[in-house]
Amino acid sequence: MARLVVLGGGVSGHTAATFAAKWLGSAHEVVVVTPNSKWNWIPSNIWVGVGEMSKEEVTFDLAPVYAKAGINYKQAKAVSINPEGSDLVNKPFVTIEYTLAGREGMTENVEYDYLINATGPKLNFGATEGLGDANGLGEFTVSVCTADHAVHANEEFQKCIQKMKKGERQKFLIGTGHGLCTCQGAAFEYIFNIEHELNKAGVRDMADLKWISNESFLGDFGVGGLHMKSMGFAVSSKIFAESLFTERNVDWIIGAHVNKVEKGKVSYELLDGSMGEEEFDFSMLIPPFAGVGLKAYAKDGTDITATVFAPNGFMKVDAKYDAGTYENWKASDWPKTYQNPTYSNMFACGIAFAPPHPISKPMSSPNGTPITPTPPRTGMPSGIIGKAVAHSICDRILQGENAPLHEASMAHMGAACVASAGKGIFDGTAAAMTIYPVVPDFEKYPGTGRDTDYTFGEIGLAGHWIKHILHHLFIWKAKLKAGWTLIPE
Amino acid sequence: MSKKVEHNIKAYGNNFTTMTPGPFAIKLRTCKIWQFIRFIIINIKMLVVVRKSH
Repeated sequence: MARLVVLGGGVSGHTAATFAAKWLGSAHEVVVVTPNSKWNWIPSNIWVGVGEMSKEEVTFDLAPVYAKAGINYKQAKAVSINPEGSDLVNKPFVTIEYTLAGREGMTENVEYDYLINATGPKLNFGATEGLGDANGLGEFTVSVCTADHAVHANEEFQKCIQKMKKGERQKFLIGTGHGLCTCQGAAFEYIFNIEHELNKAGVRDMADLKWISNESFLGDFGVGGLHMKSMGFAVSSKIFAESLFTERNVDWIIGAHVNKVEKGKVSYELLDGSMGEEEFDFSMLIPPFAGVGLKAYAKDGTDITATVFAPNGFMKVDAKYDAGTYENWKASDWPKTYQNPTYSNMFACGIAFAPPHPISKPMSSPNGTPITPTPPRTGMPSGIIGKAVAHSICDRILQGENAPLHEASMAHMGAACVASAGKGIFDGTAAAMTIYPVVPDFEKYPGTGRDTDYTFGEIGLAGHWIKHILHHLFIWKAKLKAGWTLIPE
Repeated sequence: MSKKVEHNIKAYGNNFTTMTPGPFAIKLRTCKIWQFIRFIIINIKMLVVVRKSH
């Protein structure tokens, strides 16, 4: 019997674990190690953050789902990996620390034949002074990165609405809280959902909304922007984004590295090297991401963390990490199999794999401060990569260790994204987009880097319907209900 | 209504050079019949990309 250990139960890890359990059956064991007791459909946290959904609607308990799937579920966080075993044990193992009530702090070594690292990111609030610290979110801003954060964000948002109803003008500042953030899309959704809710509450005229982000142009989204076919033109996402911001009367600051957050005020540095300050009454700033801080040790106990992980804490895979400057970047730099180059039985997927470099062109201020969006890994690519990795490992377990690996390069796959701009069955809107491929390939698609026959976007009520349907569809799939395998990632 | 979005433009400000939708384009965004048609079309387009990506 072989044992596959999956670290993390988010979109990528959950997809990998559930498909592996289905394909391997009871002859082999799948173990999931995740510190969370609940699964969270993160894209809908936006709606929790404005009071349009409850925490219970975007989360569910993992234990019964894994019990149904025959998965050995350990509510714990991974601390370290021993890919060669140790002096006492020949098999590789992961050291975990339980977070389960009643077993908090207890450690265990879980041996494995194959390992998938799908831990997702550490929300690195501590990277920006005042945004938070090692313990998480600070006191001056809110977040929608987790369901609990989103509940708190809504509580603060409702207080602002009450103040506006009493005649007190409020300033909303939404965006990214560091020069190296990703996930601009989530902040984009949040600012327009706030705007929509303010209209519904009848207090829009009492609010000033401002966007602040590390993108060098509006609509970059960490993918270097995209060109979409519209009215016979190949139109940049910059035009679409600026148009929407103007239509909804939202001002913006771009190319900004937020370097300090205080009560009611952020300080930032711009790409031109100038410094500025912006005041706010309510602010949601996305933190930068980092690896979760896993350590790795050789058989003799030597620390090999730098061999297994990149400096940002994400696991090295089959990517080209020495691609050099932007001019030398190629689509082929991006990983295909997500296998660790040192230990062939270790893989990483979702946000946990180390990308070779950003997608957007790297930029820095004259002071040397890097201000560049880091590459996003949204739900669809994360799910597809998780499934491909699970497929590779299952083939190796069932057919032998020379079975070919499955490939899922972000330079060869597209993504469908639906960014909510307000919830409402008849008055909601969302930007529905597809992008193909996610990582631009300027050799194959000169100019825009993407196939404009398969890259499009439009905003409207239809997009909202799709986002709402996807909410229910993906929770249905994650709960492994009837027909779950038929729903694509 | 017709000039509402144009009023958001600030001369030589951030948004002075962008395009803005007119009232008809904005109306279509929440027109149920038009959006039902777009719903079908967008779904087909997305399914094509999903199929190409697996």
